[in-house]
Amino acid sequence: MKEEIIMAGFGGQGVLSMGKILAYAALLDGKEVTWMPSYGPEQRGGTANVTVILSDNEISSPILDEYDTAVILNQQSLDKFERTVKPGGTLIYDPYGIHHKPTRTDINIIPVNAMEATFELGNPKTYNMLLLGALIKARGIVSVEDVMKGLKKTLPERHHHLLGDNEKAIRRGMELVG
Amino acid sequence: MSNNGTKGDVVLMKGNEAIAHAAVRYGCDGYFGYPITPQSEVLETLEALMPWETTGMVVLQAESELASINMVYAGAATGKAVFTSSSSPGISLMQEGISYIAAGELPALIVNVMRGGPGLGTIHPSQSDYFQATKGGGHGDYHLIVLAPKSVQEMADFVGLGFDLAFKYRTPAMILVDGMVGQMMEKVVLPPQRPRRTDEEVLEQCPWAATGDADKRGRNNIITTLELDSHVMEKNNERFQETYRRIEANEVRYEEYMTDDAEWLMVAFGSMARISQAAIHTAREAGIKVGLLRPITLWPFPYERISELSRQVKGILVPEMNAGQMIEDVRLATEGRVPVKHCGRMGGIIPSPSEVLTALNSLIEVK
Repeated sequence: MKEEIIMAGFGGQGVLSMGKILAYAALLDGKEVTWMPSYGPEQRGGTANVTVILSDNEISSPILDEYDTAVILNQQSLDKFERTVKPGGTLIYDPYGIHHKPTRTDINIIPVNAMEATFELGNPKTYNMLLLGALIKARGIVSVEDVMKGLKKTLPERHHHLLGDNEKAIRRGMELVG
Repeated sequence: MSNNGTKGDVVLMKGNEAIAHAAVRYGCDGYFGYPITPQSEVLETLEALMPWETTGMVVLQAESELASINMVYAGAATGKAVFTSSSSPGISLMQEGISYIAAGELPALIVNVMRGGPGLGTIHPSQSDYFQATKGGGHGDYHLIVLAPKSVQEMADFVGLGFDLAFKYRTPAMILVDGMVGQMMEKVVLPPQRPRRTDEEVLEQCPWAATGDADKRGRNNIITTLELDSHVMEKNNERFQETYRRIEANEVRYEEYMTDDAEWLMVAFGSMARISQAAIHTAREAGIKVGLLRPITLWPFPYERISELSRQVKGILVPEMNAGQMIEDVRLATEGRVPVKHCGRMGGIIPSPSEVLTALNSLIEVK
């Protein structure tokens, strides 16, 4: 098993955290993992992306030309990464703020209305967890149980009262993929 | 910084964080540093670990890089295991101090998490300080032992290795790594916690150290790099050179990948070795017999092994994140036997596996 994933959006949307939680979950499942961030000097705004590779075997390059799966949170990232999904691969994106939809026909395109759903759930900070839920449902790469364990490791203890909200968001994200 | 998830002894963390954890566990006595991207997590992690409350290790944010390296110079002079870390522009500021530490024949560890230069440059990964690290950097005839990790695991492992070599040969060692390995997260097994050496152990193991124990040693140790008599200074230099010859004879380290049947060779270090490995997988699928030699010590450099391989292969590609620096050492090793070509990006851009593959194909076509 090897899954090469790019996650991309605006800085502050939680792209790097989403990747980190996924990497932890895979680590707990005994997989080899790399998490390679790319972002500018800005603390918020600007674009941020992270390459996450999960594999049963040793991972060579932590940066890639093309990906099995892309999780896309804004237009700039869609413009940049749509063409980098391998034929037959998966593109998950949030249509919120997207004016030019993906056009490729040789990949599996999954729109996930995460921004809409996060306001329904009432905690916009769990936005990235909706997309993570959608990703694990669509790709079956890690279990929701391992994601929750990964989240517990990643989230500082003072925020552990938010684990429930996050799990709700992950499960809602899974439902959105259907 | 990340919290550390564990499964057994396995944790997930950034390369920079691994440096900090490994230093505390080595029984390091002190860290002196000044923040700069992309290595600020070294200082941040050390501050969060608060080793002054457990092992007694000192962690100090100095007022500048100049102050940091001179604190390292002073700490090393007393026989303590001390280190600093910075990124390219900060390492440039430290060069005078590094030359003094080399001339003082003192053990110390310096970590350079390289970013794109020259000048203040970018915050993104680069390997453009290869010349500076391996050919001197500061003034005078000296060398650093230069270790080039390719993974978070090696970031942790090379802290102990760097200190051990520095103390064995009484010379400063450097971990030279690009910002990519500093910033990326991977699984790592951390070394076990060792106690810091006691004053008695330092006295015994470092008979040269300036510890203020003249009564126990029967003499005063004075560490100085000033010598106004040129004849004596030449003798000092001869002693340094003798040390460097011993290091060259005993400490060359490298790793080979698929070189047994290789008709083509790549030579790459750090992140570029891993990116090259991905290109090699694709090339091998297309029937191109290509292998990789990864220097682990950039100084001493594996001239001999590359020389041997240059008799086996038809051409050598040197992928680097710079304008072509290590390629000069590869050319020295091959003595013109085969074509040696550079491929790379500059200023903080990371070449992709396909760019390396394209360069390999053009090397093969030209040949």
